[in-house]
Amino acid sequence: MVNLLDVRNLHVSYRGRKGDNPVVKGISFSLGQERLGIVGESGSGKSTIGRALLKLLPTARITAERMQFGETDLLSCREKEMLQVRGRRMSMILQDPKFSLNPVHRVGDQVAEAYRIHSGASRSAARQRTLEMLEAVQIRDPERVFKLYPHEVSGGMGQRIMIAMMLIPEPELIIADEPTSALDVTVRMQVLKILNDLVISKGIGLIMISHDLNLVRNFCDRVLVMRSGEFVEERQARDLMNAVHPYTRGLLAAQPHIGGDRRPLPVINRAVTTKAATVEGTP
Amino acid sequence: MTNVVLTERRYGPVVMAARRFAAVIGELLTNPTSAFGVIVVAILLFTALFAPLLASHDPNVVDLGNALSRPSSLHWFGTDELGRDVYSRLVYGTRISLTFIVIVSIIVGPVGLLVGTTAGYFGGWCDTVMMRITDIFLSFPSLILALAFVAALGAGLENAIVAIALTAWPPIARLARAETLTFRGADYIAASRMQGASALRIIVKSIMPMCLPSVLVRITLSMATVILTAAGLGFLGLGAQPPLPEWGAMMATGRRYMLDNWWLVAFPGGAILLVSLAFNLLGDGLRDVLDPKQK
Amino acid sequence: MTAIEIQDLSISLGLGMRSKPILGGVTLSVERGQSFGLVGESGSGKSTVLRCVARLLNAWDGRIAVNGKGVRETPQGEYCRTVQMVFQDPYGSLHPRQSIRTALQEPLRIQRMDRHQERMEQALIDVGLNPAFLQRYPHELSGGQRQRVAIARALILDPSVLLLDEPTSALDLSVQAEVLNLLSELRTRKGLTYLFVSHDLAVVDHMCDRLAVMQHGRIVEILDRAALATGQASDPYARELIRASVEYDEAV
Repeated sequence: MVNLLDVRNLHVSYRGRKGDNPVVKGISFSLGQERLGIVGESGSGKSTIGRALLKLLPTARITAERMQFGETDLLSCREKEMLQVRGRRMSMILQDPKFSLNPVHRVGDQVAEAYRIHSGASRSAARQRTLEMLEAVQIRDPERVFKLYPHEVSGGMGQRIMIAMMLIPEPELIIADEPTSALDVTVRMQVLKILNDLVISKGIGLIMISHDLNLVRNFCDRVLVMRSGEFVEERQARDLMNAVHPYTRGLLAAQPHIGGDRRPLPVINRAVTTKAATVEGTP
Repeated sequence: MTNVVLTERRYGPVVMAARRFAAVIGELLTNPTSAFGVIVVAILLFTALFAPLLASHDPNVVDLGNALSRPSSLHWFGTDELGRDVYSRLVYGTRISLTFIVIVSIIVGPVGLLVGTTAGYFGGWCDTVMMRITDIFLSFPSLILALAFVAALGAGLENAIVAIALTAWPPIARLARAETLTFRGADYIAASRMQGASALRIIVKSIMPMCLPSVLVRITLSMATVILTAAGLGFLGLGAQPPLPEWGAMMATGRRYMLDNWWLVAFPGGAILLVSLAFNLLGDGLRDVLDPKQK
Repeated sequence: MTAIEIQDLSISLGLGMRSKPILGGVTLSVERGQSFGLVGESGSGKSTVLRCVARLLNAWDGRIAVNGKGVRETPQGEYCRTVQMVFQDPYGSLHPRQSIRTALQEPLRIQRMDRHQERMEQALIDVGLNPAFLQRYPHELSGGQRQRVAIARALILDPSVLLLDEPTSALDLSVQAEVLNLLSELRTRKGLTYLFVSHDLAVVDHMCDRLAVMQHGRIVEILDRAALATGQASDPYARELIRASVEYDEAV
C-alpha cells in the first residue's frame, strides 16, 4: 500500500518571550487509505498536527525530516503551492459549523464556491454538483437547504454541510478535528456514519483528531495516543481496550460508563512527567 | 493530588498594580510609534512639573525693546510682540495643557463609566433614558457647545474645561455600556448574584474593572482631541485668557505677525501637533497592549 | 424531607399568538441527600430549569420549593446560604481580575459571616487545593483547578443544595474523573443534595440516583439509574437517547 502521508520527526514550536515553546515534539507516523485516530487531552498538541500539515500556522516553527504527501513534499512547499493542496487534495473539517461557515452567505453558495475554486466549473454545474453532494450527506431536501443561511440550520445539519463542502473537491486526505464535539449524542452517530461511509466508498484517507476515546475506537482503524506533544502508544482501534501504556490505560479507566459501578474513578498521576505515568485509585 | 509547588507571594494590590503599570510601559516602549507616544507624554509631564527650572526666562516679563526678535542663542524660540520669550511661554504652557487633560479626564472617566455601566447592567427604561441623554450631548459638535457654554458663562480657563468635559463624556459612556453588555451575562456575574451581591456591588466590583482597559484607551485617544479643542478655544480667545501662555492663544496673537515672524506660530503649532500626535499613538499602542489579554 | 420540589414550571417568551414555550409543565422532586440528573440535548431546557431554581430567572409560572419553602417567599440571604451553583465553563465562572482570595471572600463579606481566613482555607482544603492558592489569579490555574475553586466558592456559604450545570463538560477526561470523584465525596461527607445537569449519560449514570429526560422544554420521563443500563424506558425519545449513548459508549 503506497503511503498517502509520511511524516518523520515533526516538531512544531511557538516563539515565546522566554524562548521556544514546543507543542509537538518529534512525532512520526504514516497514513495509507485508512482511518487514523489521534487522541489526546487538551494541550497534547493533536490539533496542532492537523494545522501543521496544512501549514495553517504562520507564527509557528515547523521542522521535520519528512512531510511527504503523495508526491508533494509539504515541508518545502511555499504558500502558492500549498494553495493547490489545501481544499483540493487535503482538507479539514472543524469542530463547530457555527464558526466555520460564513454567516453572511447562503450555505449552498459556500459549498458551490468550494467546488468552483478547485474545478473552475460554471455556476450551474457547481450548483448541480452541490445538490448531489448535499444528497450524499443525507440532507433530504437539498433544494431548500441550499438557500438557507448558516444560522438557520441545526448543528448536525451544519456539520453535514461542512462535510459536503470538504468532500466536494474529492480530496485524497481529510483531517477531521473534533468533528462531533459540538453535537448532541443522537446526531453525533448519524454524522459520523455519513462521514465514514463517504470516506470508505471514495477511498479517502482520514485523520480523526479527538479527545474522545469512544469516538476513535468506533470509527477508526488505527489509533495513536498523544500526550504532551509525543505519541505514547499506537494500537489497532478494535484492540484499544488492551492498551499497554499506563497513560492510555489511565484514560480508559477514568471514563465513567453506563452500567458501571459507582466506585471512585481511577485518576492518572500527573505529577509524573515522564512517559511512565502511573495509575492510582483515589481513596 | 494537589500541586503544592507554589512560591509564596505576599504582594498587596498596590504593588501588583505598580508592577502591571511598569509592564505596560515596558511593552509600549518596544513598539516605535507607541514608544514615541510614551516619551513625548513623559516629556510633557516632566516639563510641566519642572517648568521653572527648564524655562530660560520669566514668561510674563515684557521687553518691548526686544519684541519680535528671531530665534537666537539668547531666546531659543525668539520673542513675541511684547518681547516675551517664546520658549519659556511654551514651557509654562505645558502646565495649562496638562491641566486641561487631567481635569477633563477626571471628570469624564468616572462619569462616562458610571452612566455606561449602569445603563448596560440594568437595561430597560434606565438604559433608554440614559442613552438618550447621552445622545443629546453627543449630537453637539464639541467646539460649538464649548462656544455656547463659554458665551453663556464668560471666557476663562475653568469654563473652557467644563465645556470640553461636557462633550467628551458621551463616547466613554457608550463604550462602557457596550462592554457591560458583553460582560453582563458572564457566569461570574451570575455567581455574584447568587451570593446576594447588590447591583451596585456587582457594577463597581465586577463590571467596572473589566471595562477599564477600553475606557483607558478611549480617554487617552480623546486627550488628543481635548488638546486640539482647548487650543481652538484659546485661538478664539475663549479659553485661557491673557497673559496665560496657552498655545492656542499664542497662535492667535502670532497670526497677525506670522508672515515675517514665523516662529510665533510655528513653535506653538508644533507643540500642539506633537502632543496631540503623541496621545493618539499612545492610545493606539495601549489598545494593542491592554486588549488582547482580556479577550 | 424533600429538598427540591418543582411543580408545573413553565416559561413562555413573547405574547399571545406568538408566544414560544421555553419550559412547559416541568415537575420533579428530589429528596434530601439525593443526586438527581437532568439530561437532554441542547435546547431541551435543562439549564433553564436550573437557572429558575437558582433564581437567576424569575419570570416563570408554577411552584419551586426548596426544603419545603417556596423560593419566592424565601429572603435572599437565607436562600444564598441554602442553594448554590457550579457553572459549566471553568474559564468563565471566575472573575479574571480577582484573586482566589477575593473570589472566596466576597460571599463571606456579603453574607456577613465570621472567621473569613479560616473558612477560606477550609474551603480550599475541602476541594483538594493547597490554601496557598488564595494568592493566585485564575489565569494561573488549570481548568481542573479553576473548577475546584468554583466548587469551593459554591460551598463556602455552607449550602445544602448544589445546582450543577454540566460541571465537567469542558474538562479533559482525566480531570473530569478527579472532579467527579470530588463531587461524589463531598456529597457523601456533607450530606448535600445535587441537581445535576448533563448531556453525557455516562456521567449521569455515575453520579445520580434518578434522572429526568427532557426534550423541547418538557420532561418526557423520569427514570431510575438502573433504566440506563437496561434501556427500559417507556418514552420513545428517552429510549432513543439511551440507545445512542450506550452505542457510543459500548460499556464494558
